[in-house]
Amino acid sequence: MERFTLKKLIHMISQREISSAELVSIYFQRIKKYDHFINSFITLNQESAEEQSLIADKKIQAGNYDLLTGIPYASKDIFCTKGIKTTCASKMLENFVPPYDSTVINQIKNSGAILMGKTNMDEFAMGSSNETSYFGPVYNPWDLERSPGGSSGGSAAAVASGIIPIALGTDTGGSIRQPAAFTGITGLKPTYGRCSRYGMIAFASSLDQAGLLALTAEDIAIFLEAMSGFDPLDSTSVEELVPQYSDSLHNSIAGKTIGLPKEFFNNSLDTESQRILNQGIEIYEKLGAKIIEISLPNVGYSVPTYYVVASAECSSNLARYDGIRYGYRDGDAKDLDDLYRTNRQIGFGDEVKRRIMTGTYVLSAGYYDAYYLKAQKVRQLISNDFEEAFKEVDLIIGPTTQSPAFNIGEKIDDPVSMYMNDIYTISSNLAGLPALSHPVGFIDKLPIGMQLIAPHFQESQLLNFCHLFQQETDFHLQQPQAFLDD
Amino acid sequence: MKWETVIGLEIHVQLACESKIFSSSSTKYGMPQNTQASLVDLGYPGVLPVLNHQAVVMAIKFGLAVDAEIAEKSIFARKNYFYPDLPKGYQISQYELPIVFNGSIEIPINDKSMKTIRITRAHLEEDAGKSIHDKFDNASAIDLNRAGTPLLEIVSEPDLSSSEEASTYMQKIHQLVRYLKISDGNMQEGSFRCDANISLRPLGSNVLGTRAEIKNINSFKFVEKAIEFEVERQKAILEEGESVIQETRLYDSEKNETRSMRSKEEANDYRYFPDPDLLPILVEKDLIKEIKKELPELFDQKVDRYIKQYSIRKVDAIEIAKNVDIAEFFEDLIHHFKENYQQAANWLLSELMGYLNKENISITDLTITADASAELLQKIHENVVSTSMAKIILKQLIETNDSVDEIIETQGLKQISDSGQIEAIVMEVIELFPDQRDQYLSGKQQVLGFLIGQVMKKTSGKANPKMVNQILLEKIEEYRRR
Repeated sequence: MERFTLKKLIHMISQREISSAELVSIYFQRIKKYDHFINSFITLNQESAEEQSLIADKKIQAGNYDLLTGIPYASKDIFCTKGIKTTCASKMLENFVPPYDSTVINQIKNSGAILMGKTNMDEFAMGSSNETSYFGPVYNPWDLERSPGGSSGGSAAAVASGIIPIALGTDTGGSIRQPAAFTGITGLKPTYGRCSRYGMIAFASSLDQAGLLALTAEDIAIFLEAMSGFDPLDSTSVEELVPQYSDSLHNSIAGKTIGLPKEFFNNSLDTESQRILNQGIEIYEKLGAKIIEISLPNVGYSVPTYYVVASAECSSNLARYDGIRYGYRDGDAKDLDDLYRTNRQIGFGDEVKRRIMTGTYVLSAGYYDAYYLKAQKVRQLISNDFEEAFKEVDLIIGPTTQSPAFNIGEKIDDPVSMYMNDIYTISSNLAGLPALSHPVGFIDKLPIGMQLIAPHFQESQLLNFCHLFQQETDFHLQQPQAFLDD
Repeated sequence: MKWETVIGLEIHVQLACESKIFSSSSTKYGMPQNTQASLVDLGYPGVLPVLNHQAVVMAIKFGLAVDAEIAEKSIFARKNYFYPDLPKGYQISQYELPIVFNGSIEIPINDKSMKTIRITRAHLEEDAGKSIHDKFDNASAIDLNRAGTPLLEIVSEPDLSSSEEASTYMQKIHQLVRYLKISDGNMQEGSFRCDANISLRPLGSNVLGTRAEIKNINSFKFVEKAIEFEVERQKAILEEGESVIQETRLYDSEKNETRSMRSKEEANDYRYFPDPDLLPILVEKDLIKEIKKELPELFDQKVDRYIKQYSIRKVDAIEIAKNVDIAEFFEDLIHHFKENYQQAANWLLSELMGYLNKENISITDLTITADASAELLQKIHENVVSTSMAKIILKQLIETNDSVDEIIETQGLKQISDSGQIEAIVMEVIELFPDQRDQYLSGKQQVLGFLIGQVMKKTSGKANPKMVNQILLEKIEEYRRR
C-alpha cells in the first residue's frame, strides 16, 4: 500500500480526488488488514469517525472547511477522549471512559481532523519498548521481531506502516523521538508548555509534553499549529504566540550554526550509527550550516537525574489510582489498607510499580535531599549547559538512540539497560527544550534517527532544518517491505 | 514539681472564596453530597489544578494584619498520603516556602496586660473531602463537596502558656479573619478549627518537652477543655517519672477526654515535594501595597475611634467591636441616629443583643435594617414609645416586615404623654384603691409602686412612666392636704 503524507491527503481532499468518508474507510480497511501484525491500536473509534467523515464531506462540498477537515489521525491512548475508552495501556484503567476531552484532542477536533482510534503504548508511558503495555507489545513494522520503541510505540508503528497518516504521542524522556527513530519516521517533542497537558494522563508532570509522529516535518508543521497554545486549564502552558510553522519550512539555513556535543559522540554510540550520522551532518553542511563541536558537561548525568525526578513525580501522580472512585477494584479486600494494596498490586504492571517504589523512596524522609533535591540541582545544571551552548549555536544535533531497534524481550528484564535507551533524548526533557528525530539512514534495513534540539519555542527552526533535509534525502520515504503489498 | 505548659496552635481557616482553590466548583456549604465536585476535585486522570487568586489575596490580607512578611515567591507542595476522601492521593499545600511568615499578634491576658504571640507561618492549602461512616451498614460514604475548599493554616510559635491563653488567641484570630472578611469563621460548619500542640516542662526550663498534638478542635470552649485534660494527663505521667509519648490525639467533647490516634512511629511520611502542576506564587510589591490600602479598620482601631469619636464608654466600645458584624450594624445605626451615641450603644447591647441571645441567632440572620432600628431609637428618644413598648416593637419589627410606625399604629403602642389623660386615669386609680392611698399617706411609701402599676395596667403599659410617677405624687399629696 502507498503511504500517504498528510500534505498529500489535504491536497486530495481539496482537489475532490477523494472524500473524507472514503479516506476514513480506506484507513479502517488498512487497520483491519495490518494492525494484527503490529498491535498498534487499543481502541478504534470507527462508528463515530464514519459519522464525522460524512459531516466533514458536507462541509467540504459546501466549501466551508479548514485545512484538516476530514483528515484521519490517531491518538496515543494517554489523551482523555470523551466517551472513548482511555486506558493508558493499564489494567488499572482498562474500562475507564473519560467524561471529557483533553485540550489537545479538543483543539484538533475543532480543526476538523477525525480521531480514528487510540494507540498502544507502554503502561502509563513508562517504558522504552512498548512491552509494558497491558494490551501486549507493539511490533516494529520493519521487523516484527523487534520493538518499535516506546512509550509512543503504537503511534510510531501505525504511522510507519501506513495505517494512519499522523498520530499524537507524548514524550517524557524520549517517548516520541526514540520510537520515531526505531520506525524510520519523524517525531517532534515540542517545548515544555507549548501544548496543553490538560487531559493528558500525567506520568511526570514537569517533563511530559504532547507531540506528533508523522512521515515528514511538513506534516508535523501543519498539525502542530492546530494543537499548540496557552490553555487556562494548564498553568504550566505558556502564553507564547503560535507561529505559522508551515510558512518557515523553506527558509534557508545557510550561515546557521549547528553544535555537536562531544558527550553525544562517544564510545556509547556504535560505529555504524556514527558513520550514518556523519553523512547526515554533511547534508546539513551542504545546506550551508556551519558545524562546530560543543560541550554539555553535565549531560552525562541525565539518565539518573531523570529516573529520580520522573519516578518521584509518578509516585505521586499515580496515587489517585486506588480503585476507590474508578479504576481496577478488587472485591475481596479485608480492609482499607488491603483494598489499596490489592487494587494497586493487580492493577499496575511491574515497570509502573518499580517506578512508584523508586519515586516513593527518593521522596522519603532522610533520602529527599540526597536524591530528589540533588537531582533537581543537576537538572538545573543541565539546563544551564544548554543555555550556554545556545549562545554559540542555533541548533544542536546528536543521535536519537545508540543503535537501531532491539528485539522484543531483549531488554525487558534488564531495567537499567532499558533506561539507557533514553541517554540522548532525556536531557531535552530535563531542560524543557523542543527536539525532533528524523530518519537519517539504515543499518541492516533498520532505520536510524538523528536528533535535533533547539532553544525554547524554536519548533519552527527544527521543522525548517528537518524539512530542508527531507528535500535532499529520501530516508523518510522508505517504507517497511512487509507492508508494500498491493 | 512545678510544671510549665507550652502550647502552639495550628488554626485552619476556610477562606471565603466563592470557588475552590484549584477548580471552579462552588464552595457553598450544605449542598447535596458530591454535587460541588468537578473533575478536578474528583482527581480524574489528566486534570490539572489552576490557582484561585482570590485565595492568595486573602492570605496576603491576613499576613499584613499580623505584621508578617509576605513571601515574594512561595510554592505549592504535595503532601502525599492515602485516604478515600483525598481523591488525588495527595493534598496540595505549602511546605518549604509559605506565603506568609514571621508575624505576630497581641492578646490580652489577666484583663490588664498584653502578650505577643508569634505566628511562624500561614500557608494556603486545599481541604480534603468528608468520610461518612455512620450512614450505611458495612460501608463508608464519601462526600467530596469539601474537597478543594481553600484553607489558610495559621501556625503559631509555642508561645501560649495556658488553656485560657490558647482560647484567647484562637478567639483573637477568629475575630481578625472575620474583620478581614476572609472567612465566615463558622465553627459548626468547620470553617474554623484548630490542632493544639501541648507539652510540659519543669518551670524555668528552656528545653521543650515531648508534645502531643490534639486534632480538629472546633470551639473555643473545647480548646480550653482539651488542653486542660491534656495538661493533667501529661502531668500525671511526668510526676510518675514516666515520659510522654509523641503522638496525635483526638479530643472527645462528650467524654471530655483526649484519646490516642496514632503514635510518631505510625505517623505518615508525607513525602512533600514541589507540585510540578503549579507555578510558584509570585507576589509583586505593588499588589501588597494595593491590598494594604484596602485593609479594613481592625478591632483596636475601632475601639479607639468609638471612644474618641462617639464618646462611648470603653467597655461598651469593646463589646460592640468584639464582633465585626455587630460593629458594622452599630455604625450603620448611628449613621441614621445621631442624637445620642451612648443611647444607641446601650440599646444595641441590651435590647438587640438581648433578643439575639434569647433567640440564639446572630445579627447577620436578622432582616431588620439599621435604618428601622434607628427609627425605633428615635421614637424612644422622643418619648413617643416607652422602653418596654420598644421591646415589643423590636420583636414585631424583627418578626414581621412592618415599619415602626405601622406597628405603633396597628398595635396602639404609642406612649400616652398627654397629662390630662394620665391625670384622669391616676384619679380613677386613687379612687379605686382608697386603702393603699391611705397607707401611703401614713408613711408606707412602697405602696406607690402598686398604684403606679395599676395606672400602667389600665393603660396597657403605654403611659409615660415619668409622668405617671409625677402626677400620681401630685394627686396623692392633694389628699393629704384635704
